[in-house]
Amino acid sequence: MSFTKGGVFKAACAALIVLSPLPAVAQDWEPRRPIDFTIMAGAGGGADQIARFLQSVAERYDLTNRPLVPTNRGGGSGAEALLHVNSASDPDHTILVTLNSFFTTPIRQDNLGIDIQTFTPVAMMGVDPFVLWVHVDSGITSLDQWLETVRGMNGDYVMGGTGTGQEDSIVIAYMSDAFDISVNYIPYDGGGAVARDLAGQQIMATVNNPAEAKGFYEAGQFVPLVAFSDERLPAYPDVPTMIEMGHDFSYYNQRAVVGAPGMSDEAAAYYQDVFTQIYESDEWQAYLESESLSPLWMDAEQQRAYWATQVETHRALLAALGE
Amino acid sequence: MEILSLLGDGMLLALQPLNLMLIIVGVTIGLFIGAMPGLGSVNGVAILLPITFLVPPSGAIIFLAAIYYGAMYGGAISSITLGIPGASTAVATTFDGRPLARQGRASLALVTAAIASFIGGTVANVFFTAFAPLLASVALSFGPPEIFALMLLAFATFVGLGGDDIPKTIFSICFGLVLGAIGFDQISGAPRLVLFDINGFLQGIGFLVLAIGVYGIGEMLWTIEQSRGDVESTTPKMTMKGMAADTAESMRRGWKGTAIGSILGFFVGILPAAGATPASLMSYGVAKMVSRNPKDYGRGNPDGVAAPEAANNSASTGSMLPMLTLGIPGSPTTAILLGGMVIWGLVPGPMLFVNETEFVWGLIGSFYISNIAAVLINLAFIPVFIWMLRMPFTILAPMIFVLSIAGGFAATRDMFDIWLIVIFGLGAFVLRRFDYPLAPAVLAIVLGPIAEPTLRQSLLLSSGDPSIFFTRPVAGPITVVALILILLPLLKLLRRGKAAEGAGRPS
Repeated sequence: MSFTKGGVFKAACAALIVLSPLPAVAQDWEPRRPIDFTIMAGAGGGADQIARFLQSVAERYDLTNRPLVPTNRGGGSGAEALLHVNSASDPDHTILVTLNSFFTTPIRQDNLGIDIQTFTPVAMMGVDPFVLWVHVDSGITSLDQWLETVRGMNGDYVMGGTGTGQEDSIVIAYMSDAFDISVNYIPYDGGGAVARDLAGQQIMATVNNPAEAKGFYEAGQFVPLVAFSDERLPAYPDVPTMIEMGHDFSYYNQRAVVGAPGMSDEAAAYYQDVFTQIYESDEWQAYLESESLSPLWMDAEQQRAYWATQVETHRALLAALGE
Repeated sequence: MEILSLLGDGMLLALQPLNLMLIIVGVTIGLFIGAMPGLGSVNGVAILLPITFLVPPSGAIIFLAAIYYGAMYGGAISSITLGIPGASTAVATTFDGRPLARQGRASLALVTAAIASFIGGTVANVFFTAFAPLLASVALSFGPPEIFALMLLAFATFVGLGGDDIPKTIFSICFGLVLGAIGFDQISGAPRLVLFDINGFLQGIGFLVLAIGVYGIGEMLWTIEQSRGDVESTTPKMTMKGMAADTAESMRRGWKGTAIGSILGFFVGILPAAGATPASLMSYGVAKMVSRNPKDYGRGNPDGVAAPEAANNSASTGSMLPMLTLGIPGSPTTAILLGGMVIWGLVPGPMLFVNETEFVWGLIGSFYISNIAAVLINLAFIPVFIWMLRMPFTILAPMIFVLSIAGGFAATRDMFDIWLIVIFGLGAFVLRRFDYPLAPAVLAIVLGPIAEPTLRQSLLLSSGDPSIFFTRPVAGPITVVALILILLPLLKLLRRGKAAEGAGRPS
């Protein structure tokens, strides 16, 4: 894909013209100052990459009249970000890029006083699947072989992840239960660090998003064993899914943008419009494909309903984890 | 010789008119972003990332790398002239840079910083060019136990950092460690030490907040108190001849620090999770430790400016290595650069070196060119920075205050941090009155949050057995050296105590 400057400008104009017939209220409201674009994770991980990608698409097509200012607030599995957005003094200029910790953190720490239903739905940009990876030097190529190795090590098999109660630990907990295995789980502060320590063989396996493991997979260092998606991932056609193996389990990380509680309807309409344009851009569609994300577009009402079901699902998953 | 021809091609790419212009503009922007207290390379790169769409990927990363380089040079400027660290990477530069400026030798400090930065950057570039793939595997062999051992070594160099008063140094380290532990626990996610249930403490205390409080506000109060408001303004002059003399002097008195910083900085820089800030602090500690006159440090020793400045440039090149060879960020700034590469449609990871030869070598070539551009532009601006110092203190003091507050706010945009800066400034002033060294506290708040999770991860790996730090081939020797360094001064202290007792004198 190549762009000339003129081409980009024309494409942007075309996109604006095509997407502009929206209710008049949407045009009435425009940001009056830079937009606080809080990221629920530290710099360098999957969520951070996505947030900066979204920002750059917005910038490229000049979709916002005031800039999006990304700030990483990854502390406490996203609790820091949730508290920040929950008490935002200017909700019309505060939006949040979320992961599943949007659901799990308020359940695990109910003293935070966060009710996610008070937040404002903006856009569901896609869902990120999980895959079980091992290092190529381990010689393991199938799930059966892996299970045999893990059982043989009696709880000394070392796996890394982003922390108990986080997305990958939920998947690992499911496997521990379903296959009756136990592992030594080491928490890290982000998916990037986990991938690095698998590459250095400090740990033996990880459950990670394809985006974070892709570079090492292409270099032949990581071997995917099983995908926790509903169907086989197009980029990894030979990797079986858990469902094919007869276990009804799939798990995704949401990549969604939400607004602060108390955001006005006009502002919400504005951001929904901006992120719809980003979602429909060639860049985002190409990103979804290359990083193996699944599209899961929803309108605001569907997002609220989705939040409610996700909270219930995660409550059950976390209860099973013993949290 | 293949490497040389690839490097040659890369340099030619970097010298193309568009790229050369991007380098010059980037270095200049970086220099000023770095010089602004609070704003560092992370902010500069993050702010300018989206506009890089206008040029091809190789030009874009060259531009951002030039900003990164410029900011490393620029950080030293406000550290020396105002005593406020321009960026977290330049905190160690204030230790000796500020005393030099107060002695009217700001030009010597600035020239030393520029030259040490240049040499540090060049040494790192040569290492990078020659051994990149080999060093990548070294970086990967550092798991949690190795990183913790390295942090232990860094703490060991602190003990020598606070003058001879070891109990006060240890107090200062512990104070920094406690401040570093505030906020959410990385391992369990649970909130810790949320004092008075104030939500602001949940996000933890940023290193920059403490550094600006201690060195910006605290230093200003100290100066006012020492001089009773009657600050003798130094009138530094700047001539070509003076600059040449300063260059010669900085070479003569700063070569050791430059050498230590260049080499140590690079190796700390390539390790995951470390980056340029710990590298510069560690290099300062090591330079002081091996010096024959450690007492000169903190009182205006050019070596104390050269070591951290050589190290932060060397480390910033070093932290590009895991980014380019493995797709792993070695510092917060490279994490953002990595995000940029994804945006430009490149796949970071081990295949980048193979698949995107032109991009990778264009970038490496640009390091060399950026480094030359940065040192020249920096030297050219030194008279301007010196001129700032000639302002009367009655104008300078309010300026320092405003810059400290604005810089602290710019980093996190949170009013809570401003109150912390003021409180830390007052606290630092009081502690300084009682001769407590504060540098160890600042170091502890940087290294504590790296040391603590790696310690806990290591013990999880070994099921609680601390021998993991001694039995692993890389961690073992580092731990032993660190323990010896920590125990030596303590033994000396005990012996001196005994000797004093024996002589019947109260110690």
